[in-house]
Amino acid sequence: MNILVFVNHVPDTETKVKVGADGKTIDPAGINYMLSPYDEFAVEEGLKLREKFTGEVTVASLGGDANKETLRKALAMGCNKAVLLKDASVRDSFAVARSLADFAKELSPDIILFGKQSIDYDNGQVGSLVAEILSMPSISVVVKLEINDGAIVAEREIEGGHEVVCSTLPAVVMAQKGLNQPRYPSLKGIMDAKRKVIEERAASFVESKVEVLSMRKPPAKNPGKIVGTDVSAVPELVRLLHEEAKVI
Amino acid sequence: MKIIAFAEQRNNQFKKTAFEVVRAARTIADQLGAECCALVIGGKVSSIAPQLGGYGAAKVFVVEDARLEHYSTTAFAKIVAEIAHAEAADILFFPASAMGKDFAPRVAAKLDAGLAADCTALRVENGVVIATRPVYAGKAFVEVTIRSALKLFTLRPNVFSSGTPSGSAVVGKKEVALSEADFSSAVKEIKIAGGKKDVAEADIIVSGGRGLKAPENFSMIEELASSLGAAVGASRAVVDAGWRPHDEQVGQTGKTVSPSLYIAVAISGAVQHLAGMSSSKYIVAINKDKDAPIFSVADYGIVGDAFEIVPALTAELKRVLNR
Repeated sequence: MNILVFVNHVPDTETKVKVGADGKTIDPAGINYMLSPYDEFAVEEGLKLREKFTGEVTVASLGGDANKETLRKALAMGCNKAVLLKDASVRDSFAVARSLADFAKELSPDIILFGKQSIDYDNGQVGSLVAEILSMPSISVVVKLEINDGAIVAEREIEGGHEVVCSTLPAVVMAQKGLNQPRYPSLKGIMDAKRKVIEERAASFVESKVEVLSMRKPPAKNPGKIVGTDVSAVPELVRLLHEEAKVI
Repeated sequence: MKIIAFAEQRNNQFKKTAFEVVRAARTIADQLGAECCALVIGGKVSSIAPQLGGYGAAKVFVVEDARLEHYSTTAFAKIVAEIAHAEAADILFFPASAMGKDFAPRVAAKLDAGLAADCTALRVENGVVIATRPVYAGKAFVEVTIRSALKLFTLRPNVFSSGTPSGSAVVGKKEVALSEADFSSAVKEIKIAGGKKDVAEADIIVSGGRGLKAPENFSMIEELASSLGAAVGASRAVVDAGWRPHDEQVGQTGKTVSPSLYIAVAISGAVQHLAGMSSSKYIVAINKDKDAPIFSVADYGIVGDAFEIVPALTAELKRVLNR
């Protein structure tokens, strides 16, 4: 099976966001970057599919040299090949998807895996856009994936339950937490990943359609009221919720 | 100008978000001097379609087909794209629900249009729609505009008001030819998790964290939630520990929520959790540690032992609310 996984390099979840000098993006100073958590489930699923069907897992990422760190992590987990689609521009989901689709077309994969969303801009669009551009079916927010003879039966999370979705390869699948338990890279994996060459190519140029005008932090909340320090505060809390906040 | 709002239904009943999206579309249409239309797709939805008139739709387009009883990503994308094209729509609105988020990007790609996802506010400035959307799970917000002629927006559920119903719409059927290939990814079955309320849709959420010490102690959270008709949420720590299913996780690698009341029990308030819930209208924190970061976003707090306070709170709520 020819497996392609797209990954993104994002600020880790502990990051406290500061708006940068341009007023449109975050200040990268002091931020640790990592493989986007949902993409990690996608990498793991790619490796599991290779274990079942044999074949090759290619991992690719669009961005600057810093993304190599994330590609090395995916190599250390066990991906065969890594490709950096070099790009320094600010792109929206559409512009990212078009370049990824251009690259994917060359590779003609049986399956393309993504995380359900990148945890920086939280758009959750790129996988579906790539699928549409390549005329492939897509299944998003997947928590269970079974493939037999090219037929897919997947479960995706919806409000209050799961949808069982049927489809066929080639397809785009977007991973949700719960799909699997990502493996830790082995020491040997980490050593091998260091020696592997990350292929670099220029990402095709695509114009964005969505423009960011400004970025701001949410308004700071005023400090709340400590109603009490033991059970005796309970009636007062209920009264406040009922009469002041009017939410119950 | 023409705006079309996709009105989501399941089992031939509109979701609450359908009314929110139609009302938001009408509000923007009024500001732009545009016509507000709604679109409903399903197996048997003609009889519910007129309801959308009450939320501001002047016209409602109905696409009915037995094969559309269950959702299909590819078929829904094709239908919406064809109707948007035939109607020369300028703006499309969708709910940022599991369904809307799944197929709206495919509509955008088909029509070469930009899509602003998961918007929490909309305004019109000099005839241009400007959308606000959270990024980094709500640690920041961006304002965006769309450059393409056709513009798509998905709107976060539970944020936009659906208003009081009044008014009526002209309802008309639309035919879209669908072949077997248009159903290349299709739902064949829906598994409902025992009628459980989803945190993404709930108006009240009661969440528990690691301070509850053991998974069985969540029964206390469930009882409190049930006394309020609330959904149960969880912190990442307890989901990663396997105490609770991941669909309950609130925060940056879970769900970002904006209920009218969020009660955080024994949750210290890690950065990634706060990002996911701090836009809730009212926040209550119950925690032993007076310095826990959760108190910095809480409107009301009780510094104390959850094991004593939660059962007392449940009993008091039952008494006051008569449940």
